[in-house]
Amino acid sequence: MSLLEIHNLQVTFGGLDALSNLDFSIEEGEIVSVIGPNGAGKTTFFNTISGMVPPTSGEIIFDGESVLGLDPNQITEMGIARTFQNVRLFPNMTVLENVMVSQHCRTSQLIIGALFQTKAFKQEEKEIRERSEEILGFFGTRLVGYRLDQPAFALSYANRRRLEIARAMATQPRLLLLDEPVAGMNPIETAELTGLISRLRDEWGFTIVIIEHDMKVVRDVSDRVVVLDHGVPIAQGAYDEVSTNPDVIEAYLGRPVEAKS
Amino acid sequence: MMNAPPIQKKLFDQNWKRILFWGSICALTQVFICLVGLPSELNRRILIESTLSLGYLFILWIPLVFGYVVSKMVKLEGIENPKQGAADLLSGALTGLLGSLGLVLLMLGIDNLDMRDPLINWNPKLFRLLTFENSIGFGSLVWIAVGVGLGTVGASLHQMSSQIRKMTAYAIFGLFSFAVLEDVIDDLSEGFRLEWLSDMIYAKKGGMTVTSMIVLAVVLALLPLIVRGKFKNTVERYRSEAKPEDKRRNSIALFSIVAVLVLVLPWFLGGIINELLANVGLFLLLALGLNIVVGLAGLLDLGYVAFFAVGGYTTAVFTSPNSPWFSPETHFGISLLVVVVMATLAGLLIGAPVIRMRGDYLAIVTLGFGEIIRLLFLSDWLKPYLGGSQGITNIPAIDLGPWEVRGADPRSVFYMVLAFCVLAIYVSWRLQASRLGRSWMAIREDESVAEVMGINTVNSKLMAFVVGAVLASFSGAVLAAKVGSVFPKSFEILVSIIILVVVIVGGMGSITGVMVGSLVLIGILGGPRQPGLLQEFQNFKLLIYGALLVFMMLKRPEGLVPTARRTRELHQEEYLQDAWLGDDESEDREEVGEQL
Repeated sequence: MSLLEIHNLQVTFGGLDALSNLDFSIEEGEIVSVIGPNGAGKTTFFNTISGMVPPTSGEIIFDGESVLGLDPNQITEMGIARTFQNVRLFPNMTVLENVMVSQHCRTSQLIIGALFQTKAFKQEEKEIRERSEEILGFFGTRLVGYRLDQPAFALSYANRRRLEIARAMATQPRLLLLDEPVAGMNPIETAELTGLISRLRDEWGFTIVIIEHDMKVVRDVSDRVVVLDHGVPIAQGAYDEVSTNPDVIEAYLGRPVEAKS
Repeated sequence: MMNAPPIQKKLFDQNWKRILFWGSICALTQVFICLVGLPSELNRRILIESTLSLGYLFILWIPLVFGYVVSKMVKLEGIENPKQGAADLLSGALTGLLGSLGLVLLMLGIDNLDMRDPLINWNPKLFRLLTFENSIGFGSLVWIAVGVGLGTVGASLHQMSSQIRKMTAYAIFGLFSFAVLEDVIDDLSEGFRLEWLSDMIYAKKGGMTVTSMIVLAVVLALLPLIVRGKFKNTVERYRSEAKPEDKRRNSIALFSIVAVLVLVLPWFLGGIINELLANVGLFLLLALGLNIVVGLAGLLDLGYVAFFAVGGYTTAVFTSPNSPWFSPETHFGISLLVVVVMATLAGLLIGAPVIRMRGDYLAIVTLGFGEIIRLLFLSDWLKPYLGGSQGITNIPAIDLGPWEVRGADPRSVFYMVLAFCVLAIYVSWRLQASRLGRSWMAIREDESVAEVMGINTVNSKLMAFVVGAVLASFSGAVLAAKVGSVFPKSFEILVSIIILVVVIVGGMGSITGVMVGSLVLIGILGGPRQPGLLQEFQNFKLLIYGALLVFMMLKRPEGLVPTARRTRELHQEEYLQDAWLGDDESEDREEVGEQL
């Protein structure tokens, strides 16, 4: 059984079909890239899976259970986490708090524990903190040390993107949706993050779906590529197959592949 | 030519537009204050024996401040300041003159026109006050002289050395406090058996004596020379304490000193001050609750008074023998348990329908609910149960074994409220640093993202509502026992607004800020129905609240004692600049290079 199955998904805004006839599945442990020109419906696709936009028709099944009609927080609890294309951190919370707060659905202490400082409460707080530091440590020295207590708005652009990924990791998902994780990064940072994405699967065991415009990243990380155009999937398969597909070239690249290399 | 001399301003090379602008505002302010009735109303309150009343003071500060403002030069880094000089003094004097001309026009107007219909204070009383019970000519001359003089003094403040300026400021503000706080100091000196001290400072008929004023002014002016930043240094040292255990020890010491003071001081205070402190406590309790809802969770609740009312009415129904329908006459302790249950229910009941709304909509809907609850208590429909506009009277005192908490003994009320405030502070403090507190912060920052990050926003927000509701209902319960009766009138929308002002002026999200806010606003100015230290201001309270709020929002939007977080939020640019300077970007680059 696939981790995520999408059947005949359709999302309509007014008269516009943002997504139509979307039909595919993602296996556990895969890295899948979703590409397509601007306005192809990639982010809508993510919004629909994460419960922020209700689909018009169709079915989304995660790990054998339908996610339709669930609130975003329930979907996150099932094991789907995402990042945002336009970085949406909690800007006035510190780096550490950003990661701590997203473990909300994996923890349980409420008012009583906090008021009486019960053993269970202290234990849980300690675990939350340790796990957060471990996750932030995944990005090297960039988000730890003195940066732990800096507000998120003080971070550089690349670090904000990293923190977004860390925050998504902290919800302990099985499926991680990354929306343009390297947008705005310089080539060195891009190359570094590409390596990290593979490690996210190998070391942390996440299944990853990634939206990306940077073809180099797509080529390097993905097992499979899905191409959307005007809300319709026009091709899917390995990068080499897709990149030579004439439909894709016409819709997405708009120019001969030879010229790209 | 490397060091160009500072720009010299010639005496008549003035910025006339600027003077005209500030001068007219000065005049308008003076006329406005006169017509609002501040001088006439406060003229009875003598500050300095046979010299100055509070009423006149309200006109006199204006040319001083405007003279100061008009001569203030913008300092830009790297640009030479124009040298201060006689030109500044002249602009200050001219501003003061323009202000006084406003008063002269007002006098002429009162003399020749009758506009008492819309303007109640357009009356002979004000005229007599302005002319010093003499002719217009005499009054005009005096005001012009005073305006020019004070404007010049205001302008000259820039030219004094900082030391002298500090001394002047100490003397002026010190004298002002001594004069205005006469009642408190009387009360205090009585408590400490130091009546001779207050007899020495104040004249029998009220106001300070001239001699004591001069002596005090000298003493106060010398104060900064003696203190010399010692206090500031101590605070700095405390803040930058390197070792956590040292800091901890100092904090504990500080805390115990404050605790002992708060516990012991009421025994030395008279009834008035204790009454005042009890009121401050009641509003502090409300503000602490609202601080959780607004400051932490970011839910702008304008109907907060509803929970206050629920607490009051529940206590009334359960303890008063006069409750018209159901009157179990239980002990306060038992009714308090019912209060918690009722407040929780009310929190859920009001919270559930509004919780899915955001921002402005939430504010408007809670505003509506607040009024609905008040109108329900007032309605004929519930009259057989809750007494309608007559309310419920005869609520007994709180019986605590050896002690009794009742309104006639404000000290006992203060201790009772203090206990609840300590509880509220503990709750706020613990919840802030918990899983729930973090979820509130996330919701305040970005609700939809918080939801995607796995936070059940509906539950979290309801929880904030309920905690806030329970704290407010405690305040209501104590108020009911203190006053001995509850009326729908005591739970007007104004209460919600004043509590919100306390939270905003004190510093949203900051517990210390809320404490300072309620001390300053409720303690000094007074609550919606409770008099403050400055009882004379009773009629002008809302005017001063409004002016203070506008000033704070412009000059210090983060509040009097803000949290570090909120300061950062409102001064992002400055924070970023500091962070930048401390940060070594190049280090980052090298690391990346190595990893590749």
